[in-house]
Amino acid sequence: MLYREAGDFKTTYAKDQALIPIRQDRVMLYIAIALALLLPFVASDYFLGSIAIPVLIMVIAATGLNLLLGYCGQISLGSGAFMAAGAYMAYKCATAFPWLPMPVSIILAGLATAMIGIAFGLPAVRIKGFYLAVATLAAQFFLLWLFTHVPWFVNYTMSGVPTPPPATVLGVYVTGADAPNWAKYLFVLSFTAFLTWIAYNLVRSRIGRSWMAIRDMDIAAELIGIRPLWTKLTAFAISSFYCGVAGALWSFCFINTVEPTAFDINRSFQILFMVIIGGLGSILGSYFGAIFITLFPIFLNSAPAWLGLDIPGDIITHLEFMIFGAMIVFFLIVEPNGLARLWQLGKEKLRLWPFPH
Amino acid sequence: MILRTLTLAATAVATLASAVPAMAEGGHFIPVMSYRTGPYAPNGVPFANGYVDYFEMLNHRDGGVGGVPFILEECETGYKTDRGIECYDRLKNNNNGAVVLSPWSTGTTYGLIEKAAKDEIPLVTLGYGRTSAADGRVFPWVFNFPATYWSQASSMVRYIGQEMGGLDKLKGKKISLVHFDHPGGREPIPTLELLAEKYGFKMNKLPVALSSLSEQKSTWLQVRKNRPDYVLFFGWGVMNSTGLKEAAAIRYPMDKMLGWWWSGAEADVQPSAEAAKGYKAFSMHGAGIEYPVFDSIKEMHAAGKGYEGEAMGDVLYNRGLVNAAYIAEAMVVAQKHFGRAQLTGSDVRWGLENLDVTKERIEELGLTGLMPVTKVTCENHEGTTPAALVQQWDGKKWNIISDWIPAMSDVVRPLVEQDAALYAKENNITPRTCS
Repeated sequence: MLYREAGDFKTTYAKDQALIPIRQDRVMLYIAIALALLLPFVASDYFLGSIAIPVLIMVIAATGLNLLLGYCGQISLGSGAFMAAGAYMAYKCATAFPWLPMPVSIILAGLATAMIGIAFGLPAVRIKGFYLAVATLAAQFFLLWLFTHVPWFVNYTMSGVPTPPPATVLGVYVTGADAPNWAKYLFVLSFTAFLTWIAYNLVRSRIGRSWMAIRDMDIAAELIGIRPLWTKLTAFAISSFYCGVAGALWSFCFINTVEPTAFDINRSFQILFMVIIGGLGSILGSYFGAIFITLFPIFLNSAPAWLGLDIPGDIITHLEFMIFGAMIVFFLIVEPNGLARLWQLGKEKLRLWPFPH
Repeated sequence: MILRTLTLAATAVATLASAVPAMAEGGHFIPVMSYRTGPYAPNGVPFANGYVDYFEMLNHRDGGVGGVPFILEECETGYKTDRGIECYDRLKNNNNGAVVLSPWSTGTTYGLIEKAAKDEIPLVTLGYGRTSAADGRVFPWVFNFPATYWSQASSMVRYIGQEMGGLDKLKGKKISLVHFDHPGGREPIPTLELLAEKYGFKMNKLPVALSSLSEQKSTWLQVRKNRPDYVLFFGWGVMNSTGLKEAAAIRYPMDKMLGWWWSGAEADVQPSAEAAKGYKAFSMHGAGIEYPVFDSIKEMHAAGKGYEGEAMGDVLYNRGLVNAAYIAEAMVVAQKHFGRAQLTGSDVRWGLENLDVTKERIEELGLTGLMPVTKVTCENHEGTTPAALVQQWDGKKWNIISDWIPAMSDVVRPLVEQDAALYAKENNITPRTCS
């Protein structure tokens, strides 16, 4: 009874086709947006800079992989490398064209990454499943090798680890050390919100529906006139675009250095886990997955200090690994469809509650 | 392991008495960014122990420096850049704010260079991190004394020259460089290439990918084929022990293999103990436990504080200890100059910049032979006399076998200034003047 569509009449076709047709869902979204905008006023600098920003960035990356894996069914282990591509390309754009506004540089970096994604997505036309996963691993290793061995990508700095140049948006620094955390947060938040909106629309569009057709049965999809080549490559391109933007933001707004080890194979696995734990084929699931995978280890790491327990750091970290691993196994057994499915079940329960029938 | 009572006390006070603004007594808060877990833990544990032990010893013996105790808080980074930055943000404002920090990871250092300057927390990166930070005009908040990667590389070439009987003998010789393929491991390459050109030796680079640190057969096969006169070995973590085993397997003469100072710890050679006999590594401080300062540390351990255990006197333990000793010295200098005991981050920065650790002072500290003579200036954050020692593994322990081998600052310094100028240009920094 608490959550219901009854009485929420749609009187026009536009209303019926709205992105979020149920009024209660819309209200929740407005509340979420309001909370996100209020956050800089209430949260500490640590929370904004080290928790909110990385979570929002990982949401973008997880959404990107979810479009590819959850909606189009093409497995990729190269998300970390695509993030790296975004970071290096954004650095090149920002230093080669310093007059470009920073958001444009980041979008350009995303587009460049999309090109790279298409190149590495080509094998998907011929191979599937685990074989494709192995083929995308090539992207992971090759791209990182490329960025660390061709000095052009780092503008010939001898250290090989360039620093993102400072840039302003509307007169406020959003990258570099002078950028206040609230500005970086709002900058990242606007990217996340915009890309989420795009993703929601994409998956209900012709492209999104053809992705799902390919995912569910590629031969049947081909028979009804969906071109596998075009469909798979758009999925790779758009997914890489998301990952590229995420990588650029990660380097520019979070770690403040363009460092290859930040995008190693473990990053790819991390994003993959986010998508699996969050829920395959659900944009909201990307949020849940990113929040869970990023925040839970930090929470486990800081919890003993909040409780006033004095446990040495190394033991805390080992405990963190064990509990975190156990949680993942638990979730996969209890709810293999991810956190998004739990959310859905919760809504269904609330539809009936407090009456069982 | 002994409980970190001090940390507990600090946290307890901070949580219980949060209503009371600022502790009356104060203290110098130093975050400890340790990595006691993960693939680099064998290196991280002794490093952190030595660092913490020296501060604890000062707390125990003298009540800190100038009567102000050190407050330490550890945060586990696992040697990961993003966790390191998260730790930094988590800890920097605790206990009235951190006054100095050693990030202990080249990756994290790069991420923090600008942030720490903004937060007015000086970074002490002992022989790692960004080499061009030695130019204090562009990087006022970063210190990388007693010597940088590039200085070390030039010391290595000078040492090879010494062994051959003159730098002119290097002409036509073959030197292989086995390095880990990471910004840190590639850092010394520009210097070595310049020196190769200058002295006419042939340099053969053999990178070891991060994903195959423990699988180096193909690399050493190339060494075997190539028969270089010397092998320079720039590894870290598990790459060190694996590389040494492989070198022994191809019977490469161990005394012709020279490691940099991150490839010369006990954890690196012990797995191949006998086979690694004769292997030489560079260092920036003394080895072993035969120094007066260890008496005070043992007393502190006896009182139930610090990390008592096997790591004491290990190469990396000593490095952590020297790292702490430099910081404590900088605080003494700053306290003298500003005439107050409680220092801020910017005071400590002044102390680091005017650090002048003389032979006499080292004697007073009980660190003779352990800590190098160092004089830092506003322009030169590497110290004016960068040099390195050579230590050799005898199958049981490391022994120092050389005098201080000075770096070729005439070659290195222009490179430092060139790279710093490029950085300044990209980041719109106007280098400050130092006069």
